[in-house]
Amino acid sequence: MAGSITIKRGKDIKLVGASEKTLHPYSSADVVALKPTDFNGVTPKLLVKEGEEVKAGTPIFYEKQNDRVKFASPVSGEVTEIVRGAKRKILEIRILADKEIRYEEFGAADSSAMSKEQVTDKLLDAGMWPLIRQRPFSIIADPFSMPRDIIISGFDSAPLGPEMDFILQGQEREFQAGVNALSRLTKGKVRLNVSSKHHGATVYKDIEGVDKTEFSGPHPAGNVSVQVHHTEPLNKGEVIWFVYPQEVVIIGRLFLTGRYEATRRIAINGSMINKPAYAEVMGGTNIKGLLAGQLKEGHVRVISGNVLTGRQVAEDGFLGFFSSQVCAIPEGDHHKFLLTEGWLSPGFNRFSMSRAYPSWLMPNKTYDLDTNLNGEIRSFVMTGQMEKVFPFDIYPMQLIKAVMANDIDKMESMGIYEVDAEDFALCEVVCTSKIDIQKVIREGMESLRMEIA
Amino acid sequence: MKFLENLVLKQIRPNFTEGGKFERYYSAYDALETFMFTPDHTTHSGAHIRDAIDLKRTMMMVILAMVPALLFGMWNVGHFHNLSNGLPSELWPNMLYGMAQVLPIVIVSYAAGLGIEFILAVKNKHAVQEGFLVSGMLIPLCMPADIPLWMVALATIFAVLIGKEVFGGTGMNIVNIALTARAFIFFAYPTKIAGEIWVSNPGTVDGYSGATALGDLAMTVGKAKDVPEVTNIVSQFSDGGMYSMYNSAMGFIPGSIGETSAVAILIGAAFLIWTGIGSWRIMSSMFVGGLTMAMLFNLWGANAFMELPPLHQLMVGGFMFGMVFMATDPVTAAQTNTGKLIYGFLCGFLGIMIRVFNPAYPEGIMLSILFMNVMAPMIDHYVVAANVKRREKRLKLKTA
Repeated sequence: MAGSITIKRGKDIKLVGASEKTLHPYSSADVVALKPTDFNGVTPKLLVKEGEEVKAGTPIFYEKQNDRVKFASPVSGEVTEIVRGAKRKILEIRILADKEIRYEEFGAADSSAMSKEQVTDKLLDAGMWPLIRQRPFSIIADPFSMPRDIIISGFDSAPLGPEMDFILQGQEREFQAGVNALSRLTKGKVRLNVSSKHHGATVYKDIEGVDKTEFSGPHPAGNVSVQVHHTEPLNKGEVIWFVYPQEVVIIGRLFLTGRYEATRRIAINGSMINKPAYAEVMGGTNIKGLLAGQLKEGHVRVISGNVLTGRQVAEDGFLGFFSSQVCAIPEGDHHKFLLTEGWLSPGFNRFSMSRAYPSWLMPNKTYDLDTNLNGEIRSFVMTGQMEKVFPFDIYPMQLIKAVMANDIDKMESMGIYEVDAEDFALCEVVCTSKIDIQKVIREGMESLRMEIA
Repeated sequence: MKFLENLVLKQIRPNFTEGGKFERYYSAYDALETFMFTPDHTTHSGAHIRDAIDLKRTMMMVILAMVPALLFGMWNVGHFHNLSNGLPSELWPNMLYGMAQVLPIVIVSYAAGLGIEFILAVKNKHAVQEGFLVSGMLIPLCMPADIPLWMVALATIFAVLIGKEVFGGTGMNIVNIALTARAFIFFAYPTKIAGEIWVSNPGTVDGYSGATALGDLAMTVGKAKDVPEVTNIVSQFSDGGMYSMYNSAMGFIPGSIGETSAVAILIGAAFLIWTGIGSWRIMSSMFVGGLTMAMLFNLWGANAFMELPPLHQLMVGGFMFGMVFMATDPVTAAQTNTGKLIYGFLCGFLGIMIRVFNPAYPEGIMLSILFMNVMAPMIDHYVVAANVKRREKRLKLKTA
């Protein structure tokens, strides 16, 4: 264990509906989808047409800027539909899965005998390169660059986040193979950040070839940028790569079996789920079957990912590429009368970090929160709130304002390279003025990326 | 509630939405609707859940924190009125007289300020932001009880228009709205807000000149310490005197409606800090700043004003009120945590300095907070610049 770091600022929002550590009996979905919108800054170029047969591992589209970065199909079957949005933007490529999955064979390999180029080529050829992303900007890593380090955040600290011990159970060998392959890609360290509190320490016990750091403290302790900031901060001009634990396993499988096996475990939870548990699913799976009989009555919002950073999906939508969680919470699309549920209510049931509601006196209370904004969008008025949930040596509000003003110099000097939109999720939650901060930051980072490209 | 919801949202609302009879007044209707019902707006991007706090709740907390000062202020107005007229000072007669004097000021302040806000919201088709809910209460609390109502209205309109709306409305103003209103009267109608006007409708009983502690102290400046005129005033500040430490802290002295009782104000301060709405950094550093300056003056001791004990110095005048309710205004104060400490300290430090150095402006606190409001962005600028420098240094170490 290389060291331990305590994150002081942040907040664990305790929600109703945590997953029990059991697997849902669930037969694999018949349709899966690959969504180019899951990848920041990617312009997809299709390689298949509707009606074409593909195998698991067949490239479906590639990135316009770099045609070697391909995106593989997670299943074998027939491309049934290419869903397009405004300006013919590709939203989903739907594939009807075979009962028995046929794989493209890329050949097992021992990464310890391979060079960086060989490992890179193997991942690129298998259409699995997009599993590796980089900071700054949280875009797919540039395969021909040298990252300072590769970071694996070994735990998920978000509300109702899945427990990695359960997710990775029995896959230690694959994880180790993935780590071995990743370690060929950098001259720096492969860092594995773990947390005993956030359930995820036992699976990593015997993993070798990594620099382990123990993190404790509230969310966002599990965020990659937070961990990097507290171990070795990212400077302008530096690049780190990051991979989530399940993606490490999938990379490991390629080297062990020579195939793109995209099955993953996900947590299904939230207050609108009857029996919150886990399930083993195909990447990009249709979640309709997954939620069959599981959703409670009422107007529900289904989220692929967690409640802070996930994306809303339809009840018959598809799992996001990087998601390890499907969360369902009630929609808050009703009016709240001021005295009973609104701003003048006593509010013992209202979650707030501000202490303006008495619920803060009950720190262990779990909440059933809906999606209501709980107010209207206003100018920035309150100060000092964001700093309490933003564990960086960065001034969040000033950075947000620099982004709003699109002041590139200020953004750079105030530290935008060190953060990602997800790090502002709690700032967004606590914001009295209900400003969509993650969107602001994401757009600011895109415009910065265009500017310096 | 269903009945009310149906009535408001189904029956009344359509008149104000597009195509309705009163479509033009949607902003005004919206302000009232959202006052009663938190709207059904849901999250569309980013975090799917949001904190229950909103600007309305925030403002409400501040208003609640002002209630002790307001109630005490009403009592105080009645108390001095009755005493100076040779009447007994009793709880309910005091309160009734105080209410009769104070409530009209509160009503006029809200009516004038909200009137402007609603008119501009309707004209510019934007939502009414809640900022004035607090300003509307702060303005009466920093006025003398006998202030003519038309002046309150005029000052409020000036403060809202010139202090806030020209900068873009709530959240955009440079200086505190309530202090702008007070400063307006202070400079435009000085005889109504300074001098011997602090007892409401005074009678003829001796000893109630209608001056404030600060007004009396200002008289001592430039005079020898042993002339009877000065020793008379100084004796008022010792135990048993009119402005004794006890009287000043409890608030049994004349002054602006809400500023007299340090105890009532501190109850509000405790509430603000407890709820996390008011910045403890600003309050505590301003207190320390004021004490520091007062101690320095003690050491200097050029006149009786300077020799007032530091704690006593902070209990008289508007110091405590300014510290808890004016300097902490998040929009006009410094916004970084370090900046808040510096800003607060200087507010207190300069406030006492102005008060003592320039007896023509006994309300130094008002001026120092206004001045520091203007300086706050600069403080933040340097605090952020230090952070930027740290980052650059880290990069240099790395590349070196």
